[in-house]
Amino acid sequence: MDFLRPAGWEEALAAKAEHPTAVPIAGGTDVMVELNFDHRRPEYLLDLNRVTELHEWEVGEENVRLGASVPYSRIIDHLRTELPGLALAGHTVGSPQIRNRGSVGGNLGAASPAGDSHPALLSAGTEVEVESVRGTRFIPVEEFFTGVKRNALAADELIKTVHIKKATGPQQFSKVGTRNAMVIAVCAFGIALHPETRTVRTGIGSAAPTPLRATAAEEFLSAALTDGGFWESGKTITPSIARQFAELASGACNPIDDVRGSARYRRHAVGIMARRTLGWTWDAYRTGGLGTRTTEGGAPCA
Amino acid sequence: MRVNFRVNGRPHEADDVWEGESLLYVLRERMGLPGSKNACEQGECGSCTVRLDGVPVCACLVAAGQVEGREVVTVEGLANFAKDRAAGCAGGACGGTDLNAARQWEADPERAERADDGAVSGAGAELSTVQQAFIDAGAVQCGFCTPGLLVAADELIERNPQPSDADIREALSGNLCRCTGYEKILDAVRLAAAREESQTAGTGA
Repeated sequence: MDFLRPAGWEEALAAKAEHPTAVPIAGGTDVMVELNFDHRRPEYLLDLNRVTELHEWEVGEENVRLGASVPYSRIIDHLRTELPGLALAGHTVGSPQIRNRGSVGGNLGAASPAGDSHPALLSAGTEVEVESVRGTRFIPVEEFFTGVKRNALAADELIKTVHIKKATGPQQFSKVGTRNAMVIAVCAFGIALHPETRTVRTGIGSAAPTPLRATAAEEFLSAALTDGGFWESGKTITPSIARQFAELASGACNPIDDVRGSARYRRHAVGIMARRTLGWTWDAYRTGGLGTRTTEGGAPCA
Repeated sequence: MRVNFRVNGRPHEADDVWEGESLLYVLRERMGLPGSKNACEQGECGSCTVRLDGVPVCACLVAAGQVEGREVVTVEGLANFAKDRAAGCAGGACGGTDLNAARQWEADPERAERADDGAVSGAGAELSTVQQAFIDAGAVQCGFCTPGLLVAADELIERNPQPSDADIREALSGNLCRCTGYEKILDAVRLAAAREESQTAGTGA
């Protein structure tokens, strides 16, 4: 095994082009587990820790351009206003030690259907900036996940930044697991209200081969809220609308039975989370807040 | 490969490091510092927690090559690290911990008590506030999780001198203990925070 330590981004791209089988490593929270357990013995490790721009972010007019290696703890501390859904999701990742190292770029690279970032990225609206020596492309996050632990990256490409739409309305994230820390999602749900376009977007985690949006649920809800004049009046969403939204979210799932939960449970739980997170975000919208419900002590549990 | 980095405030180099090996392996097997424990090897248990450039991380999930040129603090250097911090000099500016002293480091609370009286000032045997509090609160049973908890708890109090119970629970949520049921550990962290507070009170700090 060779350990490649590029000093900068161009050097990293050149190394990846020369050694397409090289496994990029940033926080190491996934890659090192595979190495420690001998599940993987790559020819090359490509250490991205010295590529400083990957640890930086920039808040623009409409987007946050988040460097691929920015650890979750920094997102939670510094970007909870711009990216409330991602900050909430990031807060459920592992433990403080893991959040100090793990990053959204790593989550996307691993492309696990259970990655905690994914529902938040899907619901906020995200493009992944990937680059190789051949050039740059932007991949909508919906198209980034191509299968279980598979993504749209070519062998010579690296994830550079993640462009996430800044929140213009309340966002929520909910996750089912056996405890509040160190837990992989049994299933997860993210929701973002976009009042400026009168739309609602969602993200489902760990309930299908890839993370996905519940598009039928989104379309139904967006239409129901617009037709009913809810955005203007700010009135309470009727139980029948919430119920149908939950059923459609549940119906978007294509889960499996595994050690963490049955397919039937996952479908059920996603519906419950969809209804509850809709209630939380809508309450926040009605009362004019951004609804950044904290996950710390005493918060309502999904 | 060779890795040059600072451990407990002193420069070190590790030779013949395998490219896929973890910082934890380097510390334990190549440097003779077994304080950081090797348990789950997947970041679940926190028993290998060290500070990497000041940030608590699981040493089992850091590739050895990634620490080149960086600063690591292990539980063996924690007492001196806390002492240096109290004296206002970080990063080994006050000397750090010699590798041999670190290898032989042993908790000796009685000696530490004597040292408080000025009778003995033994190198390495003095305990940090958090370490002493773990002993006094009975927060140690089998002791396997203790090094990781000490490093995590020390960092919490450094960052947040008056942590709430929720803060303590969150800061230690990545450290598993299978003996104590955590109550005594929570007591120890509260005790350490209170002692630090009373030590700095009146000093104008």
